[in-house]
Amino acid sequence: MTVALPVSAESATVPETPQQLGLWRRLPTKAKVGAVMMGVFILAAIIGPLLTPYDPAFQNPAPALSLHSPDAAHLLGTTQSGQDVLSQLLVGIRLTLELALSVGVIATVLSVVVGVAAAYLGGVWDEVLSLATNVFLVIPALPLLIILLGYLPQKGQLATIVVLSGLGWPWGARLIRAQTLAIRGRDFVAASRETGEPTWRILAVEIVPNEVSLIAASFVNTVLYAIGASVALAFIGLADLTSWSLGSMLYWAQSQQALQLGAWWWFIPPGLAVALIGTALVLLNTGIDELGNPRLRKAGGTGVGAWHGLRPTDPTPVLEAAPPPRGRLASFLHSFSRSSLLDEHTGPGGTP
Amino acid sequence: MSFIVRRVIFYLVAAWVALTINFFIPRAMPGNAVQAIMSKFPNLTPSAYGALEAMLGVGHPGSIWHQYWSYLVNVSHLNFGTDVSQYPASVSSLLAQTIPWTITLVGTATVIAFAIGTALGIMAGWRRGGWLDRVLPGLMFFQAMPYFFLALILLELLAVRAHLFPIGQGYTGGLIPGWHWDFISSAIDHSLLPAFTIVIASVAGWMLQMRNVMLTTIGEDYVLAAQAKGLPDHRVVWTYATRNALLPQLQGFGLALGFVVSGAIIMEIVFSYPGIGLLLLNAVTSNDYPLMQAIFLVITFAVLLANLIVDVIIVFADPRARAREGAR
Repeated sequence: MTVALPVSAESATVPETPQQLGLWRRLPTKAKVGAVMMGVFILAAIIGPLLTPYDPAFQNPAPALSLHSPDAAHLLGTTQSGQDVLSQLLVGIRLTLELALSVGVIATVLSVVVGVAAAYLGGVWDEVLSLATNVFLVIPALPLLIILLGYLPQKGQLATIVVLSGLGWPWGARLIRAQTLAIRGRDFVAASRETGEPTWRILAVEIVPNEVSLIAASFVNTVLYAIGASVALAFIGLADLTSWSLGSMLYWAQSQQALQLGAWWWFIPPGLAVALIGTALVLLNTGIDELGNPRLRKAGGTGVGAWHGLRPTDPTPVLEAAPPPRGRLASFLHSFSRSSLLDEHTGPGGTP
Repeated sequence: MSFIVRRVIFYLVAAWVALTINFFIPRAMPGNAVQAIMSKFPNLTPSAYGALEAMLGVGHPGSIWHQYWSYLVNVSHLNFGTDVSQYPASVSSLLAQTIPWTITLVGTATVIAFAIGTALGIMAGWRRGGWLDRVLPGLMFFQAMPYFFLALILLELLAVRAHLFPIGQGYTGGLIPGWHWDFISSAIDHSLLPAFTIVIASVAGWMLQMRNVMLTTIGEDYVLAAQAKGLPDHRVVWTYATRNALLPQLQGFGLALGFVVSGAIIMEIVFSYPGIGLLLLNAVTSNDYPLMQAIFLVITFAVLLANLIVDVIIVFADPRARAREGAR
């Protein structure tokens, strides 16, 4: 599958007071490359449809223009029915990014709400929300997406966004809950609670801003998931195949046997575009990950001993705050989660 | 209560959630599934309408709780109803035909990819900045590519053009499936390319994950202590770092199984491989709702079971978990 595995779930640390100004310079090279690549695609999505040389749906009846290889008039050639591939690609990038970014925003908001609520409210709230998160993590998403869309009479862009967002939040919620648990026990949160700040303010001003790098990472991951899933669903035919997204382009290229006919210019560009967008997002995510977890950062020098050089500069590790006291029902529910196994020996002092 | 028992209960809850979702989807979705089936199969007589309603559980007499209960009873007897698109066949028999194909191929390929990826990740993590570490971004590119895109290109190049592998299908047409060598060798021959594409597409993910866990583990004090004692590198890597880094990797394996299954569905569609994913596609394209729902349940239960197995392995692999199991 194209969905990247979330990396270093347990080792996220609080970013060290990010200086807004030097942020770009402090970004790892990988993240910069990813950001630039992504910028190019977003630019293409914004201005691309204005530049399309032809109407992507226009079927040129001239037989000479069926499966025409790339030339000056059609930079990426034509499809079987004489449609211009470049025009379809530019429109397709827009539709696909539109879908993926919408899913990213909606699902990330859901996961922040669920994750922060679970960790901050604690008790039975935490256990119920965590149980829901874990259940939806373990139920395979694609088969569920397939039957959901299979039942929908109209499989338009909006329906796909709703369904993908509805199943896209648990990964982020899990990570954000863990992070919030670590932060909620820290002194600055306790201080603002003592000064009588309302809960919403503690959440919005003290806690969520400290999770920006994690939220960004889970947003990027969700966008990645949305692109992968939407393209795969379109390939199966579960999408609006009358509009031009990268997925529906691939569907038509495949169902009209572009590869067997040797029309690589029809099949390769949309797939390559998906791959490049995906690579950009993975690079961006690895970069964010390295920003938040200094051990993953390259410490100069190579070889077995390279990590020795890293250790003195390691920031003080953020110890997992002691979990909040649980009521009887809550601790009963908690004992069913996989993490209950790790609870007792990863606390401070619980050395292996 | 031991850890395993508690996990079993968790998976039972997850299974119940999946069953419930499955029950409510046809009832909550707009549109009329029975209408859709009737228009798809014009040879169905109007009298089939009631039969279809009964099969899908819509318009069923009795309250929704009554329907829900009889649905649970049916599923617990592995009774998924009669198939619509391949009419007299029962859904269970179609499932029984296709599941072995999927489990054999996808199971083997996934274990191979996991083993190779983990081994490469150990090396990349230990020799940080080495050549393996530097080819990682290149591997990510393969990871980011839609799986079916990669698979279709490999199928075209290696099977259609170069004739190195057979083109799709599970075995050579005309052979009768059974336990004889002709059939088995043909089945193996046909599974090589699909397995290869699964490994290529997923190895980078395992590798990246293992590398990152290794980097975190290597930073631990006990690894530093092992080096300070003057232990040889291979002992530090394998006995100290890897053994500890494998646990999070195994947990990641459990969580990633859903993605593995998704990849398998697409793989079977690309290669026309006679497994459960291809069956799902056929069910979707022919609006065969009973079959679709049964496949969803079977896939979900398989993933839950595999997760349980991973949990058992974790308990046996982690002496701390074992000690606590015993202490209870």
